[in-house]
Amino acid sequence: MQPSREQPQLLEIRGLTKGFPGVQALAHVDFTLHAGEIHGLLGENGAGKSTLIKVLTGVFRRDAGTIRLDGEEISARDPADALSLGIGTVYQEVNLLPNLSVAENLFIGRQPHHFGFVRTGEMRRQATELLAGYGLDIDVANPLGTYSVAVQQIVAIARAVDLSAKVLILDEPTASLDAQEVETLFGILKSLKSRGIGIVFVTHFLDQVYAVCDRITVLRNGRLVGSRPISKLPRIELVSMMLGRELAAEALHRNQRPTVTGEPLVAFENYGKRRLLEPFDLAVRPGEVVGLAGLLGSGRTETAKLVFGIERADSGQAFVDGRPVRIATPRDAARLRFGFTPEDRKTEGIVAELSVRENIILALQAQRGWLRLLPKRRQDEIADHFIKLLDIRTPDAEKPIGLLSGGNQQKALLARWLATEPRFLILDEPTRGIDVGAHAEIIRLIERLCEEGLALLVISSELEEVASYSDRVVVLRDRRHVRELSGAEVSADTIMTTIAGH
Amino acid sequence: MIRRHLPVLVTLAVFIVGYLICLAQFPSFASTRVIGNLLTDNAFLGIVAVGMTFVILSGGIDLSVGSVIAFTGVFLAVAIEKYGLNPYLAFILILGIAALFGAGMGLLIHTFQIPAFIVTLAGMFLARGLCFVLTTDSIPINAAAYGQITDIAFQLPGGGRLSFIAIVMLVTFVLGIVLAHFTRFGANVYALGGNRTSAELMGVPVGKTTIRIYMLSSFLAALAGIVFSFYTSAGYSLAATGVELDTIAAVVIGGTLLTGGYGTIIGTLVGVLIQGLIQTYITFEGTLSSWWTKIAIGGLLFAFIVLQRGLSAASLRSR
Repeated sequence: MQPSREQPQLLEIRGLTKGFPGVQALAHVDFTLHAGEIHGLLGENGAGKSTLIKVLTGVFRRDAGTIRLDGEEISARDPADALSLGIGTVYQEVNLLPNLSVAENLFIGRQPHHFGFVRTGEMRRQATELLAGYGLDIDVANPLGTYSVAVQQIVAIARAVDLSAKVLILDEPTASLDAQEVETLFGILKSLKSRGIGIVFVTHFLDQVYAVCDRITVLRNGRLVGSRPISKLPRIELVSMMLGRELAAEALHRNQRPTVTGEPLVAFENYGKRRLLEPFDLAVRPGEVVGLAGLLGSGRTETAKLVFGIERADSGQAFVDGRPVRIATPRDAARLRFGFTPEDRKTEGIVAELSVRENIILALQAQRGWLRLLPKRRQDEIADHFIKLLDIRTPDAEKPIGLLSGGNQQKALLARWLATEPRFLILDEPTRGIDVGAHAEIIRLIERLCEEGLALLVISSELEEVASYSDRVVVLRDRRHVRELSGAEVSADTIMTTIAGH
Repeated sequence: MIRRHLPVLVTLAVFIVGYLICLAQFPSFASTRVIGNLLTDNAFLGIVAVGMTFVILSGGIDLSVGSVIAFTGVFLAVAIEKYGLNPYLAFILILGIAALFGAGMGLLIHTFQIPAFIVTLAGMFLARGLCFVLTTDSIPINAAAYGQITDIAFQLPGGGRLSFIAIVMLVTFVLGIVLAHFTRFGANVYALGGNRTSAELMGVPVGKTTIRIYMLSSFLAALAGIVFSFYTSAGYSLAATGVELDTIAAVVIGGTLLTGGYGTIIGTLVGVLIQGLIQTYITFEGTLSSWWTKIAIGGLLFAFIVLQRGLSAASLRSR
């Protein structure tokens, strides 16, 4: 398939630049979409995919660059305007109205009518006909919300295409679909492609990229890394484009530690949740660091959420000290002396307005219950202890934590859980968004904690980093734990080839 | 299918069971006289409730309706009795004024993205205050037209009469049903209540629809005010206090979700009738204080809100 030769250019983006205060979200990005092409847009967190889409659909204004659709320069004011220009977008969270009927969702704003009276019968007939074209035979009079996400997505696609979309943007449409539903969706994409519609497909699932895309564009840190036909892009190269590293010739030096033996502190058998993560086995021993590596959306954070009870597993069994336990809520996990520092510090971790002291004692206080308030003196002791221990740089413990640097916030979060004297600690991207110096400190801290006999599960996108401190690394791909690396196998290169698969 | 209509069906069942209980205790409940009075006594409540249903369906709230009813009564009394205005002209005037008032509230809600609660709360105080500007007294309305209108009635078999104001209410309900379920405006109202952002992205004229919704609500409140003035033959600044809350209760008991997006106009009619039924029962009982109506309504309201919560939780699970 080489649509670029026969098909005209449908959408042409040149030199697109968009900055936010402190961040260059997009820098001189070029992107070309041909008619009748499925074009995968890939990149890790902060690559600029969603900014690109939002600029394209008029959610954000661009700072510089041109966007041409069918040779005409366009500049969408808002998503509705983009739609009328011919650019339709379907999001993972379907942006339709679950309380209205399927037919109304397809035709709202343009219902067949007589003097304002909707011709409901006619509308339903047209809706049924429209959906039949997508192989969907459902009662269009029922509310949309009664159907599965997959059906809702097809309805959203049908609506966007019917509104004369020339370009269809699918933003992670498959994230909550099962394999069967993904197949159906791909069938639809292929038939739309044969009708000459240009499709931009954003996803994290490599298998799906190779199953359906004609061409791939990879962004990283707001820059274009490359754009190539799928036939000329082996998986390993795609992964290295996304992660921004070449396969190193020599293995990187690794902190050699004696292999940890003994009974696992925590173990999970056949643990999983439908649509979230395939069942996995995982065991962590005291004094051991297990790394979780994989691309964004591969199931790393999902693993952490299952383990910590934020998501409830629907299969398998968890064990602590060899005894079966139930972890249905984060409270259960905290009671078992698990700790968890989430990926998104700002929204899920720190309470920016509260002081460093209050943030540090938060988990400990919650564990005691709000009625048994920690004495102020004890609070001060704990806060001071950890500020010194972790070298949290703050003038004093009463400073609002929001005013600290990212690295120091991260340390305070760690302190919050360490104060509860956990036995098992889960760190999700502990080094994201903090400066290089603090980075090294956090890593040293991880190593020290594990020497003290803590069991650690660490998620990181930095392959060298995860390889350097982990005893074992579990590699994830497409919501599956695909392989566990241990001993000499633990290296950034092996992780990368395992992520790429094949 | 059943689950979708369950709230309305439950409302209907409550009404039927309630009616049967009343009937068992007081056989005269079967008479057309009682039924006619039930409709007449609750006519104004029913008319406002139609408007309120649209407001709540769209995810909003209108706290100003009670005050608008009072203002309408006072305005009519002053215009007709003090200034000798033709009653019919006065009706048209007040309906127009109210519609403008509602459109203004809708405009504020939409343009400045202020919660409807705040805007209509301000509207409530404003309309109530304006009553006192016009007059602080209760002014009786003695216009001939009033006598003529209240005399219009269909004789029902069995001695009951379907009064003109009951007919106005029933017609309002029919028009409300048509508007809600068979027009583009109606679909837009539901869309707004489903998810405002999605609705906007899908091309629903959000601003225009919001303005029209509050315009309709205030217009119907004024119509209810006119009907109320037939009923009381007077205009009084302190009339209809708390009616906005009775109305919201009727709408919710009628199966409309307070968060918007789900509900029916016909359910609201049943909700109004349930309130009327309780009131009538207490009147028949004779020994109970009329405040027991409020207690019963309070209990029902609780039950219905719990039911709705349960239903939406169940439908989320089943997905």
